[in-house]
Amino acid sequence: MDRHITLPITKEIAESLTSGDYVYLDGQMYVARDAAHKRMMEVLDRGEELPIPIKDATIYYMGPSPAREGRPIGSAGPTTASRMDKYAPRILDLGQKAMIGKGKRTKEVLDAVIRNHAVYFAAVGGAGALLSKCITESEVICYDDLGAEAIRKIMVENFPVIVVADCHGNNLYETAILEYQK
Amino acid sequence: MREIAVKDITKEIADMCIQANHYLSEDMDQALKVATKEEKSPLGKKILEQLQENLTIADQETIPICQDTGMAVVFMEIGQDVHFVGGSLEDAINEGVRQGYIDGYLRKSVVGDPIERVNTKDNTPAVIHYSIVTGDKVKITFAPKGFGSENMSRIFMLKPADGIEGVKNAILTAVKDAGPNACPPMVVGVGIGGTFEKSALMAKQALTRNLNQKPEIPWVADLEKEMLEKINGLGIGPGGLGGSTTALAVNINTYATHIAGLPVAVNICCHVNRHVVREL
Repeated sequence: MDRHITLPITKEIAESLTSGDYVYLDGQMYVARDAAHKRMMEVLDRGEELPIPIKDATIYYMGPSPAREGRPIGSAGPTTASRMDKYAPRILDLGQKAMIGKGKRTKEVLDAVIRNHAVYFAAVGGAGALLSKCITESEVICYDDLGAEAIRKIMVENFPVIVVADCHGNNLYETAILEYQK
Repeated sequence: MREIAVKDITKEIADMCIQANHYLSEDMDQALKVATKEEKSPLGKKILEQLQENLTIADQETIPICQDTGMAVVFMEIGQDVHFVGGSLEDAINEGVRQGYIDGYLRKSVVGDPIERVNTKDNTPAVIHYSIVTGDKVKITFAPKGFGSENMSRIFMLKPADGIEGVKNAILTAVKDAGPNACPPMVVGVGIGGTFEKSALMAKQALTRNLNQKPEIPWVADLEKEMLEKINGLGIGPGGLGGSTTALAVNINTYATHIAGLPVAVNICCHVNRHVVREL
């Protein structure tokens, strides 16, 4: 089913999503990948506050190429989400509602999706130029020294994603393959 | 003896970095078009159409095809009658990468040390493979490699008794394990034989071979065909979301090996299989 959703994704929206839904997202999300997640864990370990408001946040696992003159961002496709598996359950438990990436997740992450009424979306890997055109604003909000791995706040319009893991325990990576397996 | 100034190498490499990251080669472009037409899953077809659109945007608006503009892999085939002048060849290659990645607005994805992990901020150093050939030409192959698919690559040190069936299993295992992580539809580069490192190098070189060029050894050509069918029967599909197109091609290179061994390396590349070749 094709759907248009305005961010943030709330518990109610997450519960209405089913694995396989094709969704166009509008609104604000955060961008963070490996190094930024590692730092966020260190922040939590020290008992400090995360650098982004985490309740109902959508985090896009991505590290863009540099923006050319007059553009908000460069090429901007998803990175492999499994590298964030070690960190994701802890952040989901703190209120993050959506993850956007590509590739398989561990059982721990999928359990955290169910427990927290969250969702894991895939964006099309390797479609960085296309996805770049769906980003209208981008601002580095912290960890600037990490370059492509800094945390960004971005605005998106008609940003295409597919629900892979929903909070009802469905996982498209497992089910979709069966249909075309010989 | 022909003299080549290393500054000319720098200039070529810088330009090749930009070209490789914005335009796919004709054979890759064609393979994607055929796959889009033949894909059986509606969602898979939609994803392949997005990938086509992505290539058009990359071309027309000079946005890199993928944000992971890769670690620079450079193959230098140097004629033995060539004499490089004007400085160090290796420095010249790295200077080309530095200029290309900075001037071309490409992502700097290289850390200077695998444990300390501080970004070098100019995508250097490159991974350079030299070979000496006859003649007085220099052939440069520039192949930036993204790590979504690189991370899913494998080496299997099989036993001779494992034979061709063992090789087939190794390739299928690597592709199955890679699944959606390697951004399918993929190109699968395979090196069979040689030593541990030779097999890996052959697998990498296989990725740079034109998809329409078939191997001369009959069993290798047959194996490529059979493995492509088997891989596409796995159902992984575009984006790993199910479908009949999991790989666009399987390219296999082979070499002599030891009586006690059967190394098989599988280097997986995503659909953004970038490589530019120039001869000086």
